[in-house]
Amino acid sequence: MMAWWGLGVGGQAVGLPALFAATEPVAPRGMLDLIPAFDWQKVVVNPWTVDLPLYGWMMLMAFLVTTACGLIGNYLLLRRLALVGDAISHSVLPGLVAGFLIFGSLGIGPMLVGAVLAGVLTTVLIEVIHSHSRVKADAAIGITFCSLFALGVLLINVYAGQVHLDAECVLYGELSHVPWAEQVTVLGVGMPLPVVVMGVATGIVALLTGVFYKELLISSFDAGLAAAFGFRPRVIHYTLMAMLSLVVVAAFESVGAILVIAMLILPGATAQLLSTRLPVCFGLSVAHAALSSVLGVHLGLWLGCSLAAAVVVAGTGLFGVAWGVSLMGRRGGVGEG
Amino acid sequence: MLLRLILLLTLTLASTAHAARIGDAGEVDAWGQAVRFFSFQDASLRLALAGALLVGLNCGLLGGYVVVRRMALVGDMLSHAVLPGIVLGFLWTQTKDPVAILIGALLAGAAATGVSALLARTTRLKPDAIQGLVLASFYGVGICLLGLVQNLPTGAKSGLDKFLFGQAAGLSGEDVMMMAVATVLSLALVGWLYHDLLALSFHRGFGQTLGLKMGLLHGVIMLLTAFAIIVAMQAVGVVLVSAMLIIPAATAYLLTDRMHRLLGLSAVLGMAAAGLGAFGSFLGNNLPTGPLMVLAGALFFAGAFLFSPRHGWVTRVVRQHRRRSRAERENTLKAMHRVLEDHGLAGASVREGVTLAELGGQRRESVAESSARARELVGSGLATLSADGATLFFTPAGEQRARAIVRNHRLWELYLTHAASFSPDHVHDQAEEIEHVLGEETVRQLSRRLDFPEVDPHGRPIPTVDAIHGVGMVGEKGGLGYQ
Repeated sequence: MMAWWGLGVGGQAVGLPALFAATEPVAPRGMLDLIPAFDWQKVVVNPWTVDLPLYGWMMLMAFLVTTACGLIGNYLLLRRLALVGDAISHSVLPGLVAGFLIFGSLGIGPMLVGAVLAGVLTTVLIEVIHSHSRVKADAAIGITFCSLFALGVLLINVYAGQVHLDAECVLYGELSHVPWAEQVTVLGVGMPLPVVVMGVATGIVALLTGVFYKELLISSFDAGLAAAFGFRPRVIHYTLMAMLSLVVVAAFESVGAILVIAMLILPGATAQLLSTRLPVCFGLSVAHAALSSVLGVHLGLWLGCSLAAAVVVAGTGLFGVAWGVSLMGRRGGVGEG
Repeated sequence: MLLRLILLLTLTLASTAHAARIGDAGEVDAWGQAVRFFSFQDASLRLALAGALLVGLNCGLLGGYVVVRRMALVGDMLSHAVLPGIVLGFLWTQTKDPVAILIGALLAGAAATGVSALLARTTRLKPDAIQGLVLASFYGVGICLLGLVQNLPTGAKSGLDKFLFGQAAGLSGEDVMMMAVATVLSLALVGWLYHDLLALSFHRGFGQTLGLKMGLLHGVIMLLTAFAIIVAMQAVGVVLVSAMLIIPAATAYLLTDRMHRLLGLSAVLGMAAAGLGAFGSFLGNNLPTGPLMVLAGALFFAGAFLFSPRHGWVTRVVRQHRRRSRAERENTLKAMHRVLEDHGLAGASVREGVTLAELGGQRRESVAESSARARELVGSGLATLSADGATLFFTPAGEQRARAIVRNHRLWELYLTHAASFSPDHVHDQAEEIEHVLGEETVRQLSRRLDFPEVDPHGRPIPTVDAIHGVGMVGEKGGLGYQ
């Protein structure tokens, strides 16, 4: 369904990859030869015709990842937790390894449990260091996630024979490495399993943010008021962090630990440049997710680089456009804020 | 399955050697490896160790400023944001020329800082959001460019991956030279500009009134930090380089309150962590250096966090517990003194005891509780118990402490009624609190101010100095002062 919707957007997006070529860092003469010639057939037509079975799923996957991250990211931005997102995306690594070592399998369950526990542990550690010593919050974040990440890399190396993980996949992650061949049938339609799993994760996030909209809204803007209403801000905070860990793990193999930060921040930041209303921000974030996924996959195909990175570059471009629009709006006095 | 990491392994197994390794000695036992490490015979080991120590020193030194100025995650941002610059620097010369790469990286770092500042000025995004945004976008662009490079015929062996994971074992003499230059530069500039940087870190406004160029200084320190990060990335990798900036400095921050000590300590801790990491990596024979360096640093931090003499968590809990139980002991002594006083025996050196029932009555506690209190006094040598365990006697030290506390209490009550016009029935509770805190000198001043009084507002005698110090200063460790 999403792929069809994406098709409509893609029709208008034809000229845009050329635009992004211009926003690439200015390269000296010899370097321009690096950028491959723009092959209309290969870059624009084929993904929607011949290669649709593959690239359709890739765009859908990128969209699902970016949407899930973007929804949570809006709250992270409001709560000034953007860098906690950065921290958790790194520190789920030892949780993954520990989950694997304890349960001895790469199943969804152990991985998720390990990652969510690691995510909550990160939050707790940051808070303990911050509140029980004079170390400031930013340093506490850095200490926690760097140490946990180092622990994860070390565990992988110590148990290299048993853990089939590589630090490299953690940093990169790549849309085209996702095992697309594995099919399951849902509602009579054959779908790649990773897309189904990511779809479920995104669904959960969308559902939770929808159902607890009021609680999240109030506790993000006024924790005191939320507590007075009996919403338990701490429970909400830890639930949000657990959800964040879940999304980060689900997104791991497609985008990797560092690029996921971009997925977390870019849609929300773009939306918040354009609007001050939270529901509008959610809409804009989803639109940003869809556009950046479609454009990113095309850009990646053209340049022949990592598709996940290309999605981020496309998202950055969209952010740049939104920035320009908000600047012009401010100058013209039309801006919303 | 959600995480087809097996598949990823097969794709990337060939590249597991990216994690830095020192000393592929094969089948040598740990002792042999340790001997080999400390004999410094291997040229590659010497280079790796020198590189690690230089990185530890440089990052530790600059980290002091980063942590004190609450910019800990700026290091994280810079380390990711320089990636496109590194790739472009490589593309410029098509070789791994360290100078070109350095210039590219510095430019990218400057661009990232500039974009952040611009975003902060023109949008209402929060600083943390801007940091994360710039970090991830620049990194994305960098990865994209890296993909382009790897499509080149020469690109696959560019060795640029080294910047992502660090490879202390693979450091060349040139790399180590670069690290030495960066370190010497940092040392020289920090030494030269120490006072100016102090003003920048703690009181910008004061620095401005002195006519110092705060913006310029900020630029200098950022540039030094970027330089340090870029050279350190080759040893520890893009993610962990920020740890080398933050962790030693945060540890030092818990151990001292003076900036020059903090910087020195932080540099030493950075070198210690780096040396330990290199040693562990050599000993483990196939363990990556970067994570070990960071974990050694984290261990130091955990130690300081728990046991730092002034700011440690455990230290503070123990100190609080000690204060509380000392106050309790002193209250028991005071209660004993009061009972004896009611018997008309206080002050006289009659060796008369207090029964536990009397003590309990005075403190309004059960006999079980007062026998626990009695045992505590006996444990700290302030009292002795009779053979049947029912009567408590002062030891000389205990008697002196009791008199001193009662003196504190009653002098303070008198002070409140005389000097602060409290009514006599409102002074007891305050005196109850402060009697444990008053130092010797304060009490002496108080007594002089009140013209050496002999009775408190309730008509009870105030023990004299002679009664306390008659046989010289004897007291429980820690004395009467709060410290």
